[in-house]
Amino acid sequence: MKNKNLVSITDFTKEDYLRILDLAAEFEEKPRQDILNGYVISTLFFEPSTRTRLSFETAINGLGGRVIGFSDSGATSASKGETLHDTIKMVSNYADLIVMRHPLEGSARLASEVSSVPIVNAGDGANQHPTQTLLDMYSILKTQGTLENLKIFMVGDLKYGRTVHSLLQAMSLFNTTFYFISPDELKMPPTYKLHLEKIGLDFHEGKDLTEFLSKADIIYMTRVQQERFTDPIEYEMVKNAYILRREMLDGCKDTMKVLHPLPRVNEIHTDVDASPHAYYFDQARNGVYVRMAILSSILGIK
Amino acid sequence: MKDKQLSVSAIKEGTVIDHIPAPALFKVVSILKLDTLDTMITIGNSLGSNKLGKKGIIKLSKVFFKDDEINKIALVAPCAKLNIIRDYDVVEKKVVEIPDEIVGLVKCVNPKCITNNEKVSTRFDVVSKSEVKLKCHYCEKITDQDNIEIL
Repeated sequence: MKNKNLVSITDFTKEDYLRILDLAAEFEEKPRQDILNGYVISTLFFEPSTRTRLSFETAINGLGGRVIGFSDSGATSASKGETLHDTIKMVSNYADLIVMRHPLEGSARLASEVSSVPIVNAGDGANQHPTQTLLDMYSILKTQGTLENLKIFMVGDLKYGRTVHSLLQAMSLFNTTFYFISPDELKMPPTYKLHLEKIGLDFHEGKDLTEFLSKADIIYMTRVQQERFTDPIEYEMVKNAYILRREMLDGCKDTMKVLHPLPRVNEIHTDVDASPHAYYFDQARNGVYVRMAILSSILGIK
Repeated sequence: MKDKQLSVSAIKEGTVIDHIPAPALFKVVSILKLDTLDTMITIGNSLGSNKLGKKGIIKLSKVFFKDDEINKIALVAPCAKLNIIRDYDVVEKKVVEIPDEIVGLVKCVNPKCITNNEKVSTRFDVVSKSEVKLKCHYCEKITDQDNIEIL
């Protein structure tokens, strides 16, 4: 995996995923190691992000590496009209690896073609966010003991949610059965359903959140955002139908876990937080180990 | 009475591109960059056609295209037919085929795609040919037949 870019989740193979997840478990055991000593990693956040940037920087610091970069493009030459091409050319002279987030879709792919050092995509608009997918997979593996043959419920905005699309692409290699629960306006796009049909995987689609929940191994919640609806009345009608409450989880498998990429607004009621099924905050912590694994394997250290 | 019909003379050597849908004719001209050629070119448009209703035709003297060059027009003129002329005779007939990859020709439909915001040439994988679907190499979004805009 040395010098490989991680722009899209499909850039990695099943073997790559499993290797990263193995390494992440190693880092969870031993999160302080000095293996990035002497390395400079650049974090270029052209768009603000709290969780992802802090998680990457925590991972880099934990391994003894140094961080250069910015968390808001307002303070950089991009605000003077410098192109992404030129910014990446310049920064790849300084750093051993570049982590970037950018509001435009495809920006990370372009950067990977311009840069002389590897690029890790930390989100390009609504397109890809592969390190999130890997940490979702790590959370699934950790809580279920396996990635194979699971029943995964995806709930909420399945049309625009990049996290569910990437997770679907990656988990479809593990014989997953998917349940898509969303309002009509936010259904899983046909391309992804076609992909599942092509490889012969079962999936179910529905509007009712409470139906079949007892079958779930994982419930992956996403936010239903008002701005996604063309008709505001439609939003008012569905907004409360996709809120997960504690009493809905009665009858679920003991091992079932609720995941959410965060930030949460109201789609998981706070009464779920104390339930043994709630895993979303642990999920966020897993992000640090997974990013340690990604950085060290791309740099060829592990 | 004088015969006022203008006859388009046959060409000795070259290529005839026939069965171009009339609305696509000038797109074909721009895709093949015919405006940069200084050989004899005859262009006819909105001619009667049993198959297409109205068709366009382009006759190019002394011009022969490579397959990957001419195949680009399949995006706008999928049923175009090529006649290769040598010494006034049609020596070869060809049809166009949509290539597997399209570079620098089509605009990505996604306004938030980096190719619509920074100077970089577009690039698509052709994921479906019967009903054309192009997947952007950068933003991974699909541009379909109805949304194809030639740059």
